[in-house]
This record gives sequence, C-alpha cells and structure tokens, in this order.
Amino acid sequence: MSRGGSYAADHRVRAIEWLPWVAAIAAFFLLPDYLPLGARVLTYILFALSLDLILGYAGIITLGHSAFFGLGAYVAGILSARFGVADPMVQLAASALAGALLGISTGAVILRTQGLTQLMLTLAVGALCLEIANRATSITGGADGLSGVTVAPILGQFRFDLFGKTAYLWCLAVLFAGWFLARRLIYSPFGVALTGTRENSARMHAIGAPVYWRQVIVYTFSAAMAGVAGALLTQTSQFVGLNVLGFEPSGELLVMLILGGVGRIYGAFVGPLVFLVAQDFLSKQFPEYWYFGIGLLLVIVVLFAHGGLLGIGDALLARRRR
Amino acid sequence: MSMTAALETRGLSKSFGALTVAANIDFVLETGARHALIGPNGAGKTTFVNMLTGRLPPSKGQVLLGGEDITRLRQAARVKRGLGRTFQINTLFGGMTVLDNIALGVAERLGVAARMWRPANAHDDVRAEALALLATIGLEDDAGRRVVDLPYGKQRLVEIALALGLRPKVLLLDEPAAGVPSLESERILEVLARLPGEIAILIIEHDMDLVVRLAQRVTVLVQGEVLCEGTPEQIVGDRRVQQAFLGERHG
Amino acid sequence: MEALLSSAASVAFHGAAYGMVLYVISVGLSVTMGLMGFANLAHGVFAMAGGYVLTTALSRFGVPFPLALLLAFGVVGAASIVLERFLYSRLYTAGELPQVLFTIGLVFMAVAAARLVFGSLQQPVPLPDYLTGQVSVLGRDFPAYRVFVIAFSAGIIAALWFGVERTLWGAMVRATVDNRAMAQSIGIDTRRLFMLTFALGSGLAGLGGALGADIIAIEPTYPFEHLAYFLIVVSVGGLGSLRGPFVAALLIGVGDTACKYWLPQFGAFFVYAATIALLLWRPAGLFGRRA
Repeated sequence: MSRGGSYAADHRVRAIEWLPWVAAIAAFFLLPDYLPLGARVLTYILFALSLDLILGYAGIITLGHSAFFGLGAYVAGILSARFGVADPMVQLAASALAGALLGISTGAVILRTQGLTQLMLTLAVGALCLEIANRATSITGGADGLSGVTVAPILGQFRFDLFGKTAYLWCLAVLFAGWFLARRLIYSPFGVALTGTRENSARMHAIGAPVYWRQVIVYTFSAAMAGVAGALLTQTSQFVGLNVLGFEPSGELLVMLILGGVGRIYGAFVGPLVFLVAQDFLSKQFPEYWYFGIGLLLVIVVLFAHGGLLGIGDALLARRRR
Repeated sequence: MSMTAALETRGLSKSFGALTVAANIDFVLETGARHALIGPNGAGKTTFVNMLTGRLPPSKGQVLLGGEDITRLRQAARVKRGLGRTFQINTLFGGMTVLDNIALGVAERLGVAARMWRPANAHDDVRAEALALLATIGLEDDAGRRVVDLPYGKQRLVEIALALGLRPKVLLLDEPAAGVPSLESERILEVLARLPGEIAILIIEHDMDLVVRLAQRVTVLVQGEVLCEGTPEQIVGDRRVQQAFLGERHG
Repeated sequence: MEALLSSAASVAFHGAAYGMVLYVISVGLSVTMGLMGFANLAHGVFAMAGGYVLTTALSRFGVPFPLALLLAFGVVGAASIVLERFLYSRLYTAGELPQVLFTIGLVFMAVAAARLVFGSLQQPVPLPDYLTGQVSVLGRDFPAYRVFVIAFSAGIIAALWFGVERTLWGAMVRATVDNRAMAQSIGIDTRRLFMLTFALGSGLAGLGGALGADIIAIEPTYPFEHLAYFLIVVSVGGLGSLRGPFVAALLIGVGDTACKYWLPQFGAFFVYAATIALLLWRPAGLFGRRA
C-alpha cells in the first residue's frame, strides 16, 4: 500500500477513500445524539492530519504541536469574547493566519537544528505558549479559561443550534477542505520530495534539494491547519481552556496518530475516531484506568505494532491474499 | 592552461586541530576524464571527496568547478552547478520505489520538485526521463520495486543512476563496486564504461582491476598528500606506490 | 538597597537549592542520553517515584528520614533495572520516534497510576524536627531544610564527579560517551555499562525527587509539569556532560526563582525564551560536543 505520493501513484481519489465521508454523513442522520462527540472527532482528525504532514511525511518529530492548536483556539475565542468578532469564517481565517505566523517564525529557527535540540525546542515553544496563556489573564482568562465565546450564523444563514447539527456539518466541511488540500500536497512533487526527506535527508541534500526551506513551508502549512482545528474546537464548545496547550494535548495527539498509523493520511482519520469514541465511553466510567490504558496501548503499539491500526489492517489483508 | 579543467583543487588542506588529514592537494580533473583516486586506508580519500562536494569545509585552499571558485558554496549549490556524487555506502530512499528514487533527482534538476498543486504522476517528462535512465542501466523492470527489496548490486546501480539523473558535468564515484559480489560488479563496470563521454569522472577505488580497466589517469593519495600521478601502468609499476600499498593489495 | 540585597540573597539561596535538586534529578538523564542516545522523556517519572517513596515512608510507615532518602534511591534504582531489562533495551536501535513515543506512554501510565494510588493532591512532606526551622548563616536566617538540601546535594554531586573521574566505571562511561563504537571494540560491555549507569541515573533521579519534595511538589502530574525543565537542563548543559548540566541547572534554578519573585506576571516566560535563544546560539548546549 503506497504511503502517499510517488511519481507513479495515481492521484485520483479511489472509491474506498469516499468511505469516511459517507460514514460521516450517515452518522449525521443515524446518530443525532452523538453529534457533539462527532464534531470533536472531526476537529481532532483535522488536528491529527496537520501533525501527520510534518511527522509522517516530513519526518519532523515535535512535542509542541498543541502550540498552534491552542493559539488558533485562543485567537478565535479572543476575537469573539474580547472584540465581538463572531463571524466563523473570519475566526477561522484569523486562526489560520496566527498559526501560520507562529509556525513560520518558530519553524524557521527550530528546523535549523536536529535531534534532541530540535525536540527540546518544540517542547520549549509549546511550554512558552502555555505559560503566556496562563499569565495573560486579562486576555486569555488564565486558568479559568475564556468563556463568552459566541459564533454568528455561518454565511448569515446557518445558526449554531443546541443539538450540534450545524457544528457537526461545519466541522465536516472544514475537514473536507483541509483533507483536500493536504492530499493535493502529498501527491504533488513537493509531497514526494518531503517523503524523500523523511527517507534519507542526507541524500536529499546531495541532490541539491533545499531541504530546510521545504520543511519550513510544510511546517507553516501544518501550523495553519492546526490553528484552524483549534478554532473549530472553540467554535463548537464556545469555550477555551488551558488544556488546549502544553505537553499533554501534544502527547495525546501523538497517541491518536500512532494508533491510527503515521504517514498514510487515513491513520489521522482512524486514530482520533477510535481514541475519542473509546474515551467517551470508557473514561466516564473509569477515568484513571482509561489514562493508564492509553499509555499502555502506546507502549504496546510501539513495541509490537508500528503501523498502528491501519498497519495491522494491512498485515491482515496481506495474509488473506496468500 | 589550454582548457579549463572540469574540476580543480589548489592547495586544498584540512586539519582537525593538530591532526592533518589533507595537506596541500593540487588536483586537476580534465573534461571527459576517466580519473581514479587511490590510496591506502586512512589516506584521506573520503575527506577529499567531502571537501569537493561541500560536505566538509576545507581549512585552506580552493575548489574550482569549470574554472569557478566554489569553495564557499554549499552542497546544494554545487549540485546545481553540475557536481554529482555517489556514496560508498548506499544512500538511497529505501522505502521508495526505484523509479521514485531517480525521479526525485530528475525533478530537482528540472525545477519541478517544489510544485504543490499538480500531482506528481502528471509530470510525464519527469517519469519518462527517469524510465529512460533506468533503461540505460538495465533496471527498467525493477522500476516499481522498493529499493530495500533489491539485491545489493542493483542498489549500487540505482545509486549511480540517481547521480546521473542530475546530468552532472563532473561525477565523483565513491567505491562504486564496494561490497558487491564479483558477478554483479561486472554489470556495474559495464555501466561505468558506457557513461557519456562529456562527463568528467573521478573514481575513488581500492580495486586495482577496476582502476586499470576504467581509468586513463590515476592519482595516488597517501596520508593526505598526493604521492604521484600517472597512467595506470606507470602507477602500478611505481616503487613508492607499491611500498605505500604494502599489505594492501586486493585480489 | 538593603531590601534589594536581602531579596537578592534570598533569591540566590532558594534558586541554588532548586537548581541543585534539578541537577541531581537531571544528571542521570544527561549521562544516559550521552551514553546510549536514548531519548527518555519518562525520566521525571523516576523523580516522582522517589518522591512518593519518601513521602509514603515518612507519613505511612514512620521511617526515619535518612533511611527514607536511601529507600528512594534504592527502590527507584532497582525498579529502573527491571524496566531497562524488559522494555527499554528493546528500543535501543529503534530510532528517535519510537523511543519518544514509548517514554510518553510510560509517562501516561505513571501519571494515571499515581492518581489511582495516591490521589490528585500534593503529598505532604513531614520533615524531621532537626531539619525544620531556621538556621543562621552569615548573619541571615535561612530555612534549615533548604540549607540541608544544598549541602547534601553538594555532597552527592562531589561523590558523583569523583566517581566519574576516578573509578573504572567512570572511565568506561566517559569513553563510551565519547565514541561508542570504539569503546565496544576495545571490549567494554556497553550493554551492562548502560544498565548500571541507567540504574544509577534513575536512582539519583529518585533521590533528587525525594530530596526536593519540599521544593518541587510531589503530585501525579509531576512528569508532565517538570519535563521541560529537566530536558532544558540536559540540552542547555550538553548531552553526556557532567559540568554543563550543573551550570544549566543553577541558571534555571536561580532564573526561575528570580522571575517568579520579581516578575510574577511573566512566570517562567523568560526561562523558556532564554532557553530557545540559547539553544539557537549553541545547539549542542553550553558544554556539549555534538551539535
């Protein structure tokens, strides 16, 4: 199964790739009570997709991806609660821009380093953002969080209703746009070059590729995408808390992505779905066991099942064919 | 000087503190040359190559490519000006197909590698050129296979093809047949012998048979210094060279 | 002026205590990362475990303080050997991402387990009487326990530095950090060396966590909250180095205390900003070798 772009890979959307969207629309009609959870899943799929671009394709390991997510969330929240800007499109655009700005400024410096230093810098940027949000209480609400977030009807028409219907479809639409763009990028020559950078960075340098600049570009794009995901979270929950920042959400996102499978687009779909649904059912009953469980799951996946759930699926399919 | 050399070094030196690994190397590679660089282990051959390609900055001296001083240029810039290399140990994009490995280099050269909208497989020019290149080295049937799934000898060929995809004016081959069983190395020798005449080739080698078969000129490097230079016959018969290689002869 | 000097002295003192504890906890991480190149983000778990061992021994079992400290060192060190043998060693050649993910998984498990067993609140530290109260040093009063922390840490550090400089074990560690392949080829059993060093480093982390329980509160979110500082000590100090992290730890200890005292609205902002700036200027750390 090809892990993304190649000069011989057919870029057209295969039939099976419509499955997630069909399923999402079906869920809208068949599971009306779970739409808030559904919106959350869609938001985190977008977030995970943004991480997959830099982790699975460009091979950049980061512990601070929540910085962009959190920034996007707070920008949308602050625009609404402090400045009265409630138009959802404007909020998304602002969050994307904010994410991109933070992405390019931190990426440009972080990507000059490697190894532990690079990892440390991603963590430091994330910690820095959390600290700012924690301290700038007048703007961000500090530890109490930012409430009073309102979202105007989309295009003046579609109001965010109490049942979460509009929110769900809004998230679905935004995710679709994000998926489309990401997929386009992956199948483009740029995407193949990114994969090359992940496979063998030394050789990419030796063929004259401007590795650093390409990494900065994809890092910026990914940061913008994560920012949009953060804005979606604010819009659907109408609240921003400190828990969108810091090491914990970055770690959880890594778990979701690894669970689904890194470097293959749909891992970013499967992982958050399984994780968040399981969390919704299990963590209410046994919150600490749940947390222990995902830690254990991560350890097991790393030791025994590198490719995540989709990787296990591949292996099973391969066995069937024999 | 009648014609500008394809590649030249003047007084190229490298020291790490008190340790000198390259001392005052004056070296000329003529256009279209078939030149070999030999020397015992630790003579500084790989250091020299790394200074040529830009991976390692020299302590002193200059590197000139087609008469242009490239000493300050980074690796990528030198590649753009036509300096290509292969690695002693396969440095390939293991999880990707043979075709993609070559296509990556071709795309860089054609300047399409940064395109983000049009799908890669719509770039027929890249794919066609990559396939044509694979055909010249006889690997067109393996185009769809992943590099890690190929036998070592074929991987060595991909290594060479990758460098060729960049249409270099100067090609540095670092032990092209290293680690390859003799049956497969014959294939590599054929490919090397059929390389386009306008490319200037410098082969770093241990294998004297290969050197004698392919090279027109040989430079001998010992302990970071040029010992002597001449035709393969002259070098093989030279007393000093034999002494330097005492115990180093390979079959 | 008098007040400024007084608060400066206080900041320096408390900062030094904090920094020494940070160093004792983090030095093991620096050495093991320099030794084996393994990115162990779960190092904070060992420190937390040491803290829980101490507080449980003191509160629940009435164990005398010195013995409780020793237990913190020993129990955590021993447990780390088991972890290393059965889990960590499988990932030595796995690459950075699996190592990072694995250790994050361990952190999640440890945090959840701590919450389950000990609850979410900070653990109280019932110090022995002879370590409470104030002590007069150079005409000023300082908390006795913090004086003890500084003195005891200094002792541990001296012993550690002596051990690395003078013993055979230390020589092997230094050789392997310098050039692993070379060390293996001259017959150093790097696997065993790593196991021992890992145990020592983890034990020290446990001891540091226990010793510093008064300064860095013992609670389930410990490994998340303080991970950044432990990693900063190591990366700013320089992987595999002993002296570098010491300087870094003191800088962070004093810097953090100073910022929180004089600029509380900024909190740790300047520490993180300074770290970013410093790492960009010197990617290998202040005293590191490899960039």
